[in-house]
Amino acid sequence: MQNVITVRDLTKNYNGLMAVDHINFNVTKGEVFGFLGPNGAGKTTTIRMLTGIIKPGFGQISIMGFNIARDPIKAKQLMGVVPEMSNAYIELSAWDNLLFMADLYGVPKKTARQRAEALLGLFDLYDRKDHKIKNFSKGMKQKIIIAMALMNEPDILFLDEPTSGLDVQSARLIRDIVRKLNKDGKTIFLSTHYMEEANELCNRVAIINHGKIAAIDAPEQLKIRIGGLQRVEVSFNKPADISELSSIPEIINIRKKGDKLALYTNEPGSIIYKLVDYSRANNLEMVTLHTLTPSLEDVFITLTQEVGK
Amino acid sequence: MMRAYAIAKKDMRIYYLKGPVVIFGVLSPTFLFLAFIVGRDLPIDFLIAGLLGMTVFFTSTSVSPVVAPTETQSRNLERLAASPVSITTILIGDILASVFFGVAISFIPVLLGIAMGVTIIHPFILILGIVLAAFCFSAMGLIFSSTPTSMTSTVMMLSTMIKFPLVFISGIFIPIGELSLWGKALASLSPLTYITDLCRYSIQGNTSNYYPVVLDISALIIFLVIFMVAAVKLHERSLPKRL
Repeated sequence: MQNVITVRDLTKNYNGLMAVDHINFNVTKGEVFGFLGPNGAGKTTTIRMLTGIIKPGFGQISIMGFNIARDPIKAKQLMGVVPEMSNAYIELSAWDNLLFMADLYGVPKKTARQRAEALLGLFDLYDRKDHKIKNFSKGMKQKIIIAMALMNEPDILFLDEPTSGLDVQSARLIRDIVRKLNKDGKTIFLSTHYMEEANELCNRVAIINHGKIAAIDAPEQLKIRIGGLQRVEVSFNKPADISELSSIPEIINIRKKGDKLALYTNEPGSIIYKLVDYSRANNLEMVTLHTLTPSLEDVFITLTQEVGK
Repeated sequence: MMRAYAIAKKDMRIYYLKGPVVIFGVLSPTFLFLAFIVGRDLPIDFLIAGLLGMTVFFTSTSVSPVVAPTETQSRNLERLAASPVSITTILIGDILASVFFGVAISFIPVLLGIAMGVTIIHPFILILGIVLAAFCFSAMGLIFSSTPTSMTSTVMMLSTMIKFPLVFISGIFIPIGELSLWGKALASLSPLTYITDLCRYSIQGNTSNYYPVVLDISALIIFLVIFMVAAVKLHERSLPKRL
């Protein structure tokens, strides 16, 4: 597989604070690569270095063969960027924002108009094309920012928290568009806080914590490798006695989650029999019962706690 | 260059009618000039030459300092920095917007002077001087805006602290020839001195300028180069702090 992003020994230090600490990874052509990490882990700093916005302290970044330090303009020409914060020009219309982006990327006028029309159609904003961005909702602003990043038809699209703070429908639309863009052959570098989003969209994810890469793999591989125990989630019609449940030998740990109990185990089948016996003995009725495998969130929590220690 | 022009077009649409641009670019020099001339009996060609120099100075230094802090605050700068344009291109775009504004507004005192019977003796030198000075002062404005702040008021306060003293040492209100030796030495350090001198030459005639025309033009070019190089270096350093 062809690597479109190659990162070697990438490091950034801010006044003695190691924001990014000698990280290495590759992103292959056509994949959706998730970049996950808690706040302050070094995600945005890494994306800013990858997109040529800030210079690395040390290390190398290659974007489709172009070294970002030596050929920043050529490397940037191949990418589209959606930074974390909303940043279209609010005094300009949606149309003017798109054409301004086209001018910055040297897209010919006629092609720019055709692309702008197509993108406004794709994002369901064509009727608002002459309206100033300051009158747009947050979801509409985010759509126009993504459209701006697509005006140069980039090979690689960097999305930094693209669905952060959006309503359910807008977030879903953006996820659908990410899938469509990836299907059309674009490589996508996605930074997100939403584990379910990463799980749904990404071929591989990297988890960064305290500036270091804690793991890189496919989400399912990470769940098997790092996710830990399976769990049975159960809720009863009346409060259950946790101490009594703890005496079941197959249960390794119990966590209370709202009106549910999460029972961590390696033997979920056996636990279910014991729960039936327990509810009969205590005259309780099971309202819900689910067996769950480890989630990407479990992987994330495990890794970020380990590296953070 | 096309990309710099695109940035200039964007700046013109967004920033020309911003409050700080109108206040510091148009109203300030107007009131400063009125404060100087009211109640004084001075030749009109002397006044128009001074007004013209001051107008180019204030208008050209009013747009470029506003762009960087405003775009820092509105979070547009990161998007611009991610696009395939260098910092130099971004700054040239900002300068072009500032130059168009400075040159356009400078026509007002020229037309006012013509309406009041003033003759432009050397029009080509005047146009060359205005354009050169507009570039020079716009680049100077970029130095003010290299302060890594998102507060336009901070940048405008800093620029006002430097601009107002320059007005008084640059031969606008008192001809350079009438200044003391240290006054002349101080005046030679101000780029405004040279455009004012060129305006006097172009409007009042060959004997009104203090420096030779070639020296005035050369000085403006040298200041432009110094300001531009300094602005690029300073903005390269301040950009990461703005994000």
